[in-house]
Amino acid sequence: MRRFADLYAALDATTSTLGKVAAMREYFATAPPEDAAWAVYFLSGRRPKRLVRSTDLRTWAREEAGIPEWLFKESYVAVGDLAETVALLLDRSEEEGTINNGQADAEEASPELARLPLSRWLEDHVLPLRQLDADAQREKVTAWWRALPRRQTFLLNKLLTGGFRVGVSRNLVARAVAEEAGLPPAVVAHRLMGRWRPTGEFFTRLLSEEGGDVDLSRPYPFFLASPLQVEGAGGVAEALGEAGDWLAEWKWDGIRAQVIRRGSTVFLWSRGEELVTDRFPELAEAAKLLPDGTVVDGEIVAWADGGPLPFATLQTRIGRKKVSDKLLREAPVALVAYDLMEAGGEDLRTAPLSRRRQTLAGLVEDPPGFHLSAAVEADGWPELARLRDEARQRRVEGLMLKRLDSPYRAGRKRGDWWKWKVDPFTVDAVMIYAQAGHGRRANLFTDYTFAVWRGEELVPVAKAYSGLDDAEIRRLDHWIRRHTRERFGPVRSVEPHHVFEIAFEGIRASNRHKSGLALRFPRIARWREDKEPDDADRLETLEELLDAYG
Amino acid sequence: MAVSPDLNDSDLIQLTDRGLYCPAGDFYVDPWRPVERAVVTHAHADHARRGMGAYLAAEASREILERRLGEDATVEGVEWGRVLRFAGRDGDVQVSFHPAGHVRGSAQVRVEGSVDGRRRVWVISGDYKRAEDPTCRAFEPVACDVFVTEATFGLPVYRWPPASQVAEEILAWWDANRAAGRASLLLTYSLGKAQRALAELAKLTDRGAWLHGAAHHLTEIYRRQGVTMIPTQPVAGTPKDKEWAGELIVAPPSAYASPWSRRFGELSTGFASGWMRVRGGRRRRGYDRGFVLSDHADWPNLVRTVEETGAERVLVTHGSSATLARYLSEERGVDAVPLETAFRGEAEDEEETAADDGGGNDGGGNDGSEEDGRNDGDGGEGGETPS
Repeated sequence: MRRFADLYAALDATTSTLGKVAAMREYFATAPPEDAAWAVYFLSGRRPKRLVRSTDLRTWAREEAGIPEWLFKESYVAVGDLAETVALLLDRSEEEGTINNGQADAEEASPELARLPLSRWLEDHVLPLRQLDADAQREKVTAWWRALPRRQTFLLNKLLTGGFRVGVSRNLVARAVAEEAGLPPAVVAHRLMGRWRPTGEFFTRLLSEEGGDVDLSRPYPFFLASPLQVEGAGGVAEALGEAGDWLAEWKWDGIRAQVIRRGSTVFLWSRGEELVTDRFPELAEAAKLLPDGTVVDGEIVAWADGGPLPFATLQTRIGRKKVSDKLLREAPVALVAYDLMEAGGEDLRTAPLSRRRQTLAGLVEDPPGFHLSAAVEADGWPELARLRDEARQRRVEGLMLKRLDSPYRAGRKRGDWWKWKVDPFTVDAVMIYAQAGHGRRANLFTDYTFAVWRGEELVPVAKAYSGLDDAEIRRLDHWIRRHTRERFGPVRSVEPHHVFEIAFEGIRASNRHKSGLALRFPRIARWREDKEPDDADRLETLEELLDAYG
Repeated sequence: MAVSPDLNDSDLIQLTDRGLYCPAGDFYVDPWRPVERAVVTHAHADHARRGMGAYLAAEASREILERRLGEDATVEGVEWGRVLRFAGRDGDVQVSFHPAGHVRGSAQVRVEGSVDGRRRVWVISGDYKRAEDPTCRAFEPVACDVFVTEATFGLPVYRWPPASQVAEEILAWWDANRAAGRASLLLTYSLGKAQRALAELAKLTDRGAWLHGAAHHLTEIYRRQGVTMIPTQPVAGTPKDKEWAGELIVAPPSAYASPWSRRFGELSTGFASGWMRVRGGRRRRGYDRGFVLSDHADWPNLVRTVEETGAERVLVTHGSSATLARYLSEERGVDAVPLETAFRGEAEDEEETAADDGGGNDGGGNDGSEEDGRNDGDGGEGGETPS
């Protein structure tokens, strides 16, 4: 694991993309394939099912460190990362006079453990933890903590808790592998999709010219649209040119999905590469009517009477593994299909969109619950701009603009697919609570709660933590520290003083919130330093929106 | 600023809105508003502020203080351990200075006097550390009844590696940057940390470094007083077309991503601070490297120091004061309470502090070179945060 720790340190020590790719290539070129496979697995954001409960991990760590629970909590709040907090608290190396802070792990208490390759660590030690009861787990984990130097303790904790974030995206991992193998990055990205097991064999195939045997369930990398930020029809014309070169569709408000029909089986993948086939049994059933060797890209949308239902309806289906008949009736869904990656077992991604769509239209006629995402017909940009303004009434998020002669690309590539979303709702609200963030925002107050007026009272309506730049965050942090009224654990109530314009995408009724409503995807649009708390909006304003669009 | 309910009228030292005050001797310790007589622990801006009638400090810090406070400040230096007597209500009050190991000349102030007929000893430790530092006298524990301690790094996640090891990391980083044709910009506080890093590096190399004006004059004072450091030259006054690849430049954190640092071309930035112990502390600021080097006591040494003084009462200031006080009282059986002061220790946010202190105006680095004037002059010295 030491080499993987070195790779992690190298990735962590640079902010440059080139530097990160170089560090990964170096590792992939020299590590045994079975270790490299695990490195790809973790760096590309995969994680094994939970091995140990994080509450257990905390208890063991705090008892090992010999500190009370409240002190562990305060340490965690300051560090913002559980794996790191534990590694720092248990770090005894300075006392022993050994070295391990930056570059090198010098003397290890247990050289055998520290030198164990990553794959052996995982397969022989870490993964088998799942079969043990909590006491046996504790015995193992605490023994490792005592044996390993800090950087490896940190990594081990990361393996146990999941979640590696070192500023490396899956595409960057794919790029490093591709450069090392001399393959196009899109090919490697595709091979990293879907289900695979991190084995030496897998890694060798990943680097090989032909890629080895094909997993029937393997999805294609999704092509992701970029936001189009222009003003009106003139702005679009300037950015995109002739309207006739573009396909306009509604931007459906659902969850992105890929439907795979291969080898007489159906696989339904979410964009997060989760298999959701069982959660949408009606779609899985209908997809059996697709011919073998078909892969469709589309959106799962709550749907009835030929049109979409509010997103909140779909939400009742998300995360439900068991779907009752009642739920199927109350929250019916459809697959709104907009692209076709594979037909007749042939990869269509290099064909132009216009041709893919033509074939798609014929395929989705039969399966019930499948609809073609129809082209929004309009006579030029001005009319499209006008139609976009109707988006909320139509329960869609705006328009998608796709270049008719474009291929189906992998990942977020600017130029051919644009999302032209309707402008968000906004409300002016007062900051009333603040909380420190996590990770790189630990120790800074970055998570805020905002309220609007109901009579003389401020009622919270949204929590938001993005939208300010670093300088603004630091200035606000400074202010919060000096204007704290009360502390509730990590949360502080502050004087109602600062007004922010909060943008959000939707609104729904909620009996879980004091205000009786919940905003969707709220974020800070602007710090309104020109406004006093009295100028903030009233709850009635939001209630009117709820009546109109909820 | 709330007056702490834990200090009352009969105490030898009281907390006022100007700072810690000794009524029996009529002097303040590290006051934050102008007063007649200020006893100061060390020369960092949140402890030694301008505008006091007279300053009393350890002799070892006198020259640095004069440099920072300006020539019109009246600074009297006192040798380590020498006892000064002030006439007080209940007999005399004795004041002496004892090494705190924080930066050159930094002192703990020991105050002894009678309260209600009982002799009491207070020690106000200012900022301190226990780690070895070739630029200053090591901390000496002083027995006392009441100990005022800092808690800048008052959380058990903060433990320091040996400075010699950190110096090796800095050198390895510098070497790697040299090999890659990059300049190395090492960000540190200009008083204390910069010189300590230069002194640690001198054990490993004799290559020279370049200094931002904020650190240059202070480094000259250290050198004159016999501290061995690698050779240094000021950045100010170098030709505009100088090639900086491979060079090490030491500058205050405010120089990060500033117009001043643009001249160095391609560079890697490293920050030397106790906050670098935590990854988030570095990543948030976007530094390439963090070096764990602090002039404050880490957690084990805070606890150890408090216990070594034998104090029956402990007042905790700076940073995590509430945390350390709670730990001491609940887990160690020490009567400890947090004390709200205006000290900040190693502030995490440079800009914040620079703005508060209004920046220095002694023109530390302004050597008449136009291009260096603004940034060298007030980026650092007077307004800078202590470490």
